[in-house]
Amino acid sequence: MNRLNRDQMAARVARDIPEGAYVNLGIGLPTKVANYLDTGRDIFLQSENGLLGMGPAPAPGEEDWELINAGKQAVTLLSGGCFFHHADSFAMMRGGHLDICVLGAFQVSIHGDLANWHTGEPGAIPAVGGAMDLAIGAKQTFVMMELLTRQGKSKLVEACTYPLTGLGCVSRIYTDLAVFDVGLKGARVIETVDGVSIDELERLTGVPLRASAPA
Amino acid sequence: MIDKQVANAEAAVADIQDGASVMIGGFGTAGMPDELIDALITRGVGDLTIINNNAGNGETGVAALIKAGRVRRIVCSFPRQSDSHHFDAAYRAGQLELELVPQGNLAARIQAAGAGLGAIFTPTGYGTLLAQGKETREIDGRRHVLEYPIHADFALIKAHRADRWGNLVYRKTARNFGPIMAMAARTTIAQVGEVVALGDLDPEAVVTPGIFVQHVVAIAGVATLAAAAA
Repeated sequence: MNRLNRDQMAARVARDIPEGAYVNLGIGLPTKVANYLDTGRDIFLQSENGLLGMGPAPAPGEEDWELINAGKQAVTLLSGGCFFHHADSFAMMRGGHLDICVLGAFQVSIHGDLANWHTGEPGAIPAVGGAMDLAIGAKQTFVMMELLTRQGKSKLVEACTYPLTGLGCVSRIYTDLAVFDVGLKGARVIETVDGVSIDELERLTGVPLRASAPA
Repeated sequence: MIDKQVANAEAAVADIQDGASVMIGGFGTAGMPDELIDALITRGVGDLTIINNNAGNGETGVAALIKAGRVRRIVCSFPRQSDSHHFDAAYRAGQLELELVPQGNLAARIQAAGAGLGAIFTPTGYGTLLAQGKETREIDGRRHVLEYPIHADFALIKAHRADRWGNLVYRKTARNFGPIMAMAARTTIAQVGEVVALGDLDPEAVVTPGIFVQHVVAIAGVATLAAAAA
């Protein structure tokens, strides 16, 4: 079966981010999306530790450890970028000013519930960071993940079994096999990787999937 | 004449007692007031409640305070990291209590304290483990959780420059929690790279007005480091 690799997934997400969008890319896999944004267009990357207009990583040796992203990696600031404190940063999310947020996930339900912060396993030390604020704050929350776990279990589920990050907050899921819209009416396949059928996706996920209406 | 500058980090933290609640600025190590924390460790007080975004990175700052066994309780959003081994060990040994707060709620609750609000309703966390047992309310069709302000006896923060009235400017993403913690604590202590003359900070660019700051201490090396990195 054809599958997108992680860079191809990132490139696919990047295609759906329009010029002028204010965007937060979550820690981990979503960070890769930045590598595929068209540098000829103005897209404003926000990092919740207090910068807007985030640029790429600095050259080795040029790191300034007071200029970092939410993953605590050294970054740069684009001309026109700015700094702000944490309450303003989260007001950008919770206040609905951010257009798009892209997050990783352990599970997403067909109704857009998200689980991405805690496995709930005994002994696991929980850490939530900004995940709950990001999930419910942005105008649109995208998830980017492999459709199946390494054990072959679907991460798109009828109902999340991991502890929730937010209820009904995800609108779109980009995976290695297909792109889905999720919400009140359930999951819908928007596009598939070449050679993957809706029947195959239903078999893999075990959830009902309505095909996208023809354009 | 009012001069909020004190001679050194030890003098700056001299009023902090056992059992105090202490907000500590910083996101990871950016904005972490390491020298003030070292002075607090030297001072020998313990049984502290610490409010910080993380629970220590590596061997310095909050990590060193935890390693020294001075922390009873920590309020934070993101304790578990690749380099949070001192927290992990103390937590697993049952030596410290953790209150986990979503990062935006942490910021909003600190800000609410500084602004004198009795509580806030926030949509973040609704329907999750972190809202269990909390009062909820539907407002304008959206479901919210009631969260209370986080006050503290002291805030230890790091800024770039100050004047003797305590006005502060910050540097890059080291700003993070500094401005709101300065507002929320009864006593705010700022370590800065440089103390400049009154009037030398552009009044249009002051981020934390001096009313929120009680003590300022210049730490040699911080400005140099910052300048070298700029």
